[in-house]
Amino acid sequence: MTEAQTSDRSWLIRLWPLVPIVAALIVTSALLMLFDASPAVAYRAMWDGAFGGQDKFLSVLAFWVPLLLASAGLVVTFTAGLWNIGIEGQIILGAIGASWVALNVTGPAWVLIPLEIGAAMLGGALWAALSAVLKTRGKVNEIFSGLALNNLAIILTNYLISGPWQPPEGGSFRGTTPFQSAALLPRLFESRFSPLSLILAFAAVIAVYYVLRGTTWGLKLKALGKNPYSAYLLGVSSERETILAMMFCGALAGLGGAVRVLSWFDSLRQSISGGIGFLALLVVMLAAYRILWVPIIALFFSIVLNGSITLQLKTQLHSALGGILTGLMVLFVLLFGSAKQLGIGGKPGTAAGVPDVMPDELPAGEIPPELMASSYPEVDVEAIHE
Amino acid sequence: MNNAQLIAVLASIVLQASPLIIAVCGEILTERSGVVNLSLDGTMLMAAMTGFVVGMLTNNVWAGFAVGALVGAIFASIVAFGSIRLNQSQVAIGFVLTLLGDDLSAFLGQNYTRMKGVTVPHYGIPILKDIPVIGPIFFNQDIVVYFAMFLIVGTWWWLNKTQPGLKLRGSGERPTAAFARGVDVNRLRYVYTILGGALVGIAGAAYSLDVKIGWSDGHIRGMGWIALAIVIFGGWSPIRGAFGALLFGATKALATILQRAFPEVSVVAFNSIPWLLMILVLLAVGSDYTERGIKAMPKSWQQPLRRVLRVSPPMALGTPFKEG
Repeated sequence: MTEAQTSDRSWLIRLWPLVPIVAALIVTSALLMLFDASPAVAYRAMWDGAFGGQDKFLSVLAFWVPLLLASAGLVVTFTAGLWNIGIEGQIILGAIGASWVALNVTGPAWVLIPLEIGAAMLGGALWAALSAVLKTRGKVNEIFSGLALNNLAIILTNYLISGPWQPPEGGSFRGTTPFQSAALLPRLFESRFSPLSLILAFAAVIAVYYVLRGTTWGLKLKALGKNPYSAYLLGVSSERETILAMMFCGALAGLGGAVRVLSWFDSLRQSISGGIGFLALLVVMLAAYRILWVPIIALFFSIVLNGSITLQLKTQLHSALGGILTGLMVLFVLLFGSAKQLGIGGKPGTAAGVPDVMPDELPAGEIPPELMASSYPEVDVEAIHE
Repeated sequence: MNNAQLIAVLASIVLQASPLIIAVCGEILTERSGVVNLSLDGTMLMAAMTGFVVGMLTNNVWAGFAVGALVGAIFASIVAFGSIRLNQSQVAIGFVLTLLGDDLSAFLGQNYTRMKGVTVPHYGIPILKDIPVIGPIFFNQDIVVYFAMFLIVGTWWWLNKTQPGLKLRGSGERPTAAFARGVDVNRLRYVYTILGGALVGIAGAAYSLDVKIGWSDGHIRGMGWIALAIVIFGGWSPIRGAFGALLFGATKALATILQRAFPEVSVVAFNSIPWLLMILVLLAVGSDYTERGIKAMPKSWQQPLRRVLRVSPPMALGTPFKEG
C-alpha cells in the first residue's frame, strides 16, 4: 500500500469509531418506524427527558452517580479478568445495608450518613466476596454464582419489604416507610441529586485510576487478567487478588446502592437497582475497560435511559428503547468497532494516532484455569508491566 | 395424595422440563464444538415473543416455532461471527445479546402482552399412552415433549455414535488435532453454533406456545441462565442434562406442593430454591472438596462416584481456533 492510498483512507479510519454509533441509531430508528413513531419526535422526546428543565437534568446526574460507582468498580474486576455479573446483587446488598442503618439507628446526619455508607460498602463487598470464594474454592464460574446471587438479593429485598421492614399501614410490596430525613443524603433543589454522592463517585473513579496506574496491587491485577499462568509464576496469588478485586468492586457497587436508597428514593424499594449493574457492565465494555472513558460513557447512558423514561410517558412507547440503543451500540462496537479488525485501512499501524476502540484482547477470565495449565503459555513479562 | 394426582404431577414435571431439555441439547451441541453461546436468556425471550406473536397472527403454531428457530439461529450466528471471524470475546457478545434480547422482546412485544394465541395441540401416542403409569407421564403429552425426548436420544447418538459427531467433539476437545485430520474446525463451529441456537429458539417458542402460554414483559426471564447452568451440571451430556432439567422441574413442583402444604412459610423460601440449587449443584460438580470427599470413600466406590459427581468441560471450550 502506498503512502497516498494510506492517507486517502485515513479519514475513514479516523471516523470509523462513529460507524457503530450511527449504525445503532439507524437500527433504533427503524424499530421506531415499525411502531409508526417518528424517530425525530422520539429522539426529541428523549432529549427533552434529559435536558428539558433543571429537574430533568438533575435526574440524569442522580442516575449517573450509582452507574459511575458500579462502572468504576467493574473496571477493577475486568482488569483482573473477572466477569462480575453479580454486581446487580452487590448494589442491592448495599442498598439493604444502608436501609438497615437508616431504619434502626437514630442520630444526627453526620453520624448516620457515614454509618449508612459503611454498612452499604460492607454489604456489597461481602456479597461480592461470596461470589469470589465460590470461584476460588468451589470452582463455580463467577457468572453463574453472580447471577444466582443477583436473584437471591432481589428475593431478599422482596422479603424485607413484605416482611420485617413492611410499613405499619400494611404490606404494599412496594417499599419500606420513608426514612427519617437525617438519614437521607442532602439533595439539591428538592431533586433526587445529591452533590455529595457525585463527589464520592469521582473519588472512586480517581481511586480506581490510581490503583490501576500507580500501585503494585494494580499491577498484580493486570497480570492476573492478562495471563493467570504467568501471574502465578510471578508469585501473584490468584485467590487473594480475585477476592480483593471482587470486594473492591462490591464495595463501590454497594455505595451505589446506598445512593439509590438515600437520594434517588427515600426508602428501600422492590426494584432498587433498576438494572444499573448490568448497564454498568455495558458502560465498561464500551469504554474498552479504561477508567478515564467511564464517566463520559456513563453520563451518556444516563441521558439515554432517563430520556427513554420520558419517551414512554409522552409517546406510550416502551422504555426498553433506551436499553436497545445502548445495547446495540455496545454490540456494534464489539463487532465492528475497530476498522483494523475488519481489514479496512490495511495493516495495523497505518491507523497511527487513532486509538483502537477495543483492546486486542479482552479479559481472559472466561478461559478455565485447567486450560491455562494445559497450554503453558510463555511468560510475557513485558505485557504484564505494560 | 393419591396415585392419579401423583401421576398428574409427574406428567407436569415432564412437560415443564421439556423446553429446558431442548435448550440444553442445543447448547450442548454448541459447546461441544468449542463455542459458548451465553446469550440463551435473551435469545429465548426473543424467540418466545416472536414465536407467540407470529403463531397468533398466522393462526399457525408451527409458523411460530419456525420463527422462534430463525430468531435463535440469528442470535447464535452473531455470536459465531463475532467470536470466530472477528476474534472477539464470546462471553462479551453473548452477554450483550442477553440484555439486548430482553429489551428487544419487551419493546417489540409491547402490543401483544396478555393476549390469547395459538397453543400446541395435545397428542397422546396411541397404544403407548395406555401403558400404566409410564403412559400418562410420558406418552399422553404434547409434541414439545416428544421432540425433547427425540432430542435427548438424537443428540446423544449424534455425539457419540456417528462420524460427524466425532468431528464435532474433536473440534471442541482438540481443534488442532481435528484440523490436522482434515476437519474444518471453524466451519463446524459455525454450523453447530447456529444449529444449537435454532434449538434454543424452539425452546423459547415452546414456552410461549405450550408450557407457559402467552407473552408478557420478561415472560421467561432466567430460564436461559438455568439452561446454561444445567449444561454444566449435566457435564455436557444430553442424557445427564435431561436428568438435570427434570430434577429442576421436580424441585419446582415440590416447592409448589410444599408451599400449599405450609402456607405460613414465606413464599421467599420457595422462590429462592432454584437459585440456591444452581449454586449448590455447580459447587458439587466443580469444587475440590467433592474430590476430597470422593477420595475418602472406599476404593471401589471412587470411580462410580466420580462419574456421577464430577464433570469436565470440552477442553477447547471458549478458545478461538486459528488455522495453521
